[in-house]
Amino acid sequence: LPAQRSTVAGALVMERPTAYDDVTGYNNFYEFGPDKAAPARHAGRLKTRPWTVVVEGEVRKPGTYDLDALLKLAPMEERIYRLRCVEGWSMVIPWIGWSLAHLIRRVEPTGNAKYIEFSTLADPQQMPQVSGRLLEWPYTDGLRLDEAMHPLTLLAFGLYGEILPNQNGAPLRLVVPWKYGFKGPKSIVRIRFVERQPVSTWMRSSPGEYGFYANVNPNVDHPRWSQASERRIGEDGLFTRKRATLMFNGYEAQVGSLYAGMDLQRHF
Amino acid sequence: MTGRPLAQRPAALALNRAAAHPLAKPLLFLLCLGPLAGWIWAGSQGGLGANPAETLLRGTGLWTLRFLCLVLAVTPLRVWAGLVALARWRRLLGLVAFFYALLHFLAYAWLDMGFDPAAVARDLGKRPFALVGFVAFVGLLPLAATSWNGAIRWLGAARWRALHRLVYGIAMLGLLHFVWMRASKNRASEAAVYALILGVLFVARWLHAHRTKSRPSGRQPTSPPK
Repeated sequence: LPAQRSTVAGALVMERPTAYDDVTGYNNFYEFGPDKAAPARHAGRLKTRPWTVVVEGEVRKPGTYDLDALLKLAPMEERIYRLRCVEGWSMVIPWIGWSLAHLIRRVEPTGNAKYIEFSTLADPQQMPQVSGRLLEWPYTDGLRLDEAMHPLTLLAFGLYGEILPNQNGAPLRLVVPWKYGFKGPKSIVRIRFVERQPVSTWMRSSPGEYGFYANVNPNVDHPRWSQASERRIGEDGLFTRKRATLMFNGYEAQVGSLYAGMDLQRHF
Repeated sequence: MTGRPLAQRPAALALNRAAAHPLAKPLLFLLCLGPLAGWIWAGSQGGLGANPAETLLRGTGLWTLRFLCLVLAVTPLRVWAGLVALARWRRLLGLVAFFYALLHFLAYAWLDMGFDPAAVARDLGKRPFALVGFVAFVGLLPLAATSWNGAIRWLGAARWRALHRLVYGIAMLGLLHFVWMRASKNRASEAAVYALILGVLFVARWLHAHRTKSRPSGRQPTSPPK
């Protein structure tokens, strides 16, 4: 998947990318199983073509986009982002995609569009866990419109120079580098512009543990573990002290202003 | 039930004979070290996965729970299946459970908390789920410390037995710790298996205690290992 290096501020982290095998072998993608190795094992079944994405809700130009149209909608950029999982581990991943803002501008949100909700594929034929009760399916999550418009918010179609492997959310997924990894829904099939703040799958599953914003924040702990530090996959040795987690995952300079004046303890 | 006592039935007889073989206990001991050997081997081959610390933390915790189930199964199997020879394995299984609990605590304190007692204390203070696991671990300490014959003589059999009944509470705390870790995901099936196993063992144990109490002339309850 050819791409230009991104020129967006903060889009190229100067840290060593995590090994390809770890990026594609250690995944949370519960539709394929709750273990980290399950997605790589089972996601081969996922058919990523033909694929369409429905764009609907508070927009002047709703429609159904074919994957091929999306691949050509904007120039592909390579972005090297930190990924911080809410579970306390992190990676550095060279993604390929374009800023979600390109699509948002094209579909022309109305004045009522305050939030965007993303829904992902939930097909029990291709995804073994979707008939189970692990979570409520389909997996959904959302962003405030200004968060979604931020140039760092990426619609990713590839990583490490190639088409996105199925276990990483093929054929397209969201990547919001200053939020915990679960805020990046995988295998997206529907993008809906709405007026009210959507309730995400994780908020519904465990409202006391997962909030709407889910910004990476070392000062707001998860009720069952600390978020002050993290373990970089493949880099930090077994007996290395965990490294300090950065405010907004190190993207504070770029995104801090989105949350000016907000109580981040309350809006976690 | 009529006919021969349980322990005299052919299947039980064969199993008891096998369990009483002089090599049986050393073999059991080696088997118990299997998970540890597996981690050491995998670690030397880089085979502990992308997140080795998590693999070890989860693995040691899970094996602690499994060995607690095993040691609690000894008396019910002896009483209800006539496997009297298993009583000789109880101490070993109990110590192995303690050993994996110790590894689990070390994995947490070292790999997760950087061997910083202040960090451990802060963490336990903040997280009830971790605290429950820690209390269970601390509860195992007096049991492990009094597992040798001298301690039994020193305490007296009755007091020793009362002390070691703590293991039921410890197993419950361990189960709670496990279930809590999985909270927020509808992933109860694995925890349910352990809950079911422990539930059955508790009921079997309680029935046995009830029977021996109502029949004072009957066989003595569990005697400490000799």
